[in-house]
Amino acid sequence: MKPPKFSYLRPNNLREALDMLAEYGEDAKIMSGGQSLIPLLNMRLSTPGYIIDIGRVAELKGIREEEDALVIGGMTRHVDVEKSALVQEKCPLLTEGIRWVGHNQIRSRGTIGGSIAHADPSAELPCMLTALRGEIVVVSSEEEMTLSPEEFFLSYLLTTLEPNQLIKEIRFPKIKQGSGFAFEEVARRHGDFALVEVASVIELNHNGTIVDAKIALGGANSVPFIPEATEEFLIGKKPNDSILKEAAVLQLDELDPEGDIHGSKEYRRYLTGVLLERALNKAIERAWGGVIV
Amino acid sequence: MSYSNVKIKVNGKVIEKEIESRWLLSDFLRDKLGLTGTHVGCEHGVCGACTVLLNGEPVRSCLMLAVQADGLEVETVESLAEEDGTFHPIQQAFANNHALQCGFCTPGFLMSVKNFMETHPDLPTDDEIREAISGNLCRCTGYSNIIKAVKEAYVLKC
Ligand SMILES: Cc1cc2nc3c(=O)[nH]c(=O)nc-3n(C[C@H](O)[C@H](O)[C@H](O)COP(=O)(O)OP(=O)(O)OC[C@H]3O[C@@H](n4cnc5c(N)ncnc54)[C@H](O)[C@@H]3O)c2cc1C
Ligand code: FES
Ligand code: FES
Repeated sequence: MKPPKFSYLRPNNLREALDMLAEYGEDAKIMSGGQSLIPLLNMRLSTPGYIIDIGRVAELKGIREEEDALVIGGMTRHVDVEKSALVQEKCPLLTEGIRWVGHNQIRSRGTIGGSIAHADPSAELPCMLTALRGEIVVVSSEEEMTLSPEEFFLSYLLTTLEPNQLIKEIRFPKIKQGSGFAFEEVARRHGDFALVEVASVIELNHNGTIVDAKIALGGANSVPFIPEATEEFLIGKKPNDSILKEAAVLQLDELDPEGDIHGSKEYRRYLTGVLLERALNKAIERAWGGVIV
Repeated sequence: MSYSNVKIKVNGKVIEKEIESRWLLSDFLRDKLGLTGTHVGCEHGVCGACTVLLNGEPVRSCLMLAVQADGLEVETVESLAEEDGTFHPIQQAFANNHALQCGFCTPGFLMSVKNFMETHPDLPTDDEIREAISGNLCRCTGYSNIIKAVKEAYVLKC
């Protein structure tokens, strides 16, 4: 298993990268961390004529704070997000979930742009981004646009990215005071892809009523799923055990996970309900505490 | 065919070479530099046998092109023992605790553990060790002796 022949291009800045994409995009593959692309090359499942290695494009790296969001460059590595004090302070859901992305030897190379572009339905970042209602900033040599996860993720490993476009940065909304968050996952071994996963952010008002609920379920459908009816059901309620139990199973029949040797379809669906109940409990507990740690 | 000039520091020595762009770092180390201590098992990132340190951080050398390491520093298992053959404390601890049988997975474990010890200077819990080595598979020894070895490595080091 060795990569096929290709021409290797290494742009030094974003402009060069976009020019190369405009010229070779149809026959090229962008490489960021390579942690998903190189296995595909090794197995010859992908045979691009050109590899455009954006690893040295400084403009695509880094984490900055804006008024209501953290803006993280596409080429920022998982490990840099995991260790960032700013992320821990402003959007700790990300810190909690990103530890589930592969092993540290994978997180030291893999990037958040690569994870989002690869669009694996069991990956953690698409699920967290969907729960947070974040945005994906996509750029080509001609234009820049900002897309919601629902617009961007089309299906299993398929997004709206055109051959001349790349992910410039991703906007992760900050978690507000009075909100709690939780990321729950079951994987066969720490570092493996999720069987299923749940990300949620719950906001309570001062008398303990849920005023906002944001949820995404990953690994069950071909794209991260927002259970809208469940969110609506929760808003306006004072949470107790029976309400959360009811909420957790409300939309499970809309999930269509694929069964494999690690778990049947029915098991994954059931497990999603269990994890959702756990995530809601934890998020509410954290919201009560008023601290987001 | 595409070739690239690279300058990579491997185990302290600067290597300058023209190489084929599609070479994996693992193959560059083994076939071009003769550093066969880095093992290749699955070649898709799962087994961890090929783990090396890149600028001090653990990475899969089968999931990197050698050209991506241009200008950077690589450490392989060959960097651990002293020139006279004296084992590194991690190697000694693995030997003392029967933490290997066939040894195929061992180079990857040693490099993962080296980085772990550098980034976690205080004696870790079993769970922390388990997570640190979760990216390395061993099909013969099992993990109990490896965990014992990691703990002893902390003792030998000081
Ligand atoms: C053993 C193993 C276990 C793993 N476990 C998990 C896991 O549990 N959870 C998880 O989420 N991931 C997991 N991964 C995948 C890993 O997280 C990768 O980091 C990630 O999927 C891809 O990121 P990358 O930067 O390596 O992208 P690459 O491999 O470089 O690229 C992936 C794809 O995205 C495209 N691309 C990359 N960057 C951009 C960009 N900026 N704009 C447009 N297109 C782009 C590439 O052309 C390619 O098609 C695992 C990988 C391995 C090898
Ligand atoms: S050979 Fe690299 S991880 Fe298995
Ligand atoms: S000692 Fe044989 S695979 Fe680990």
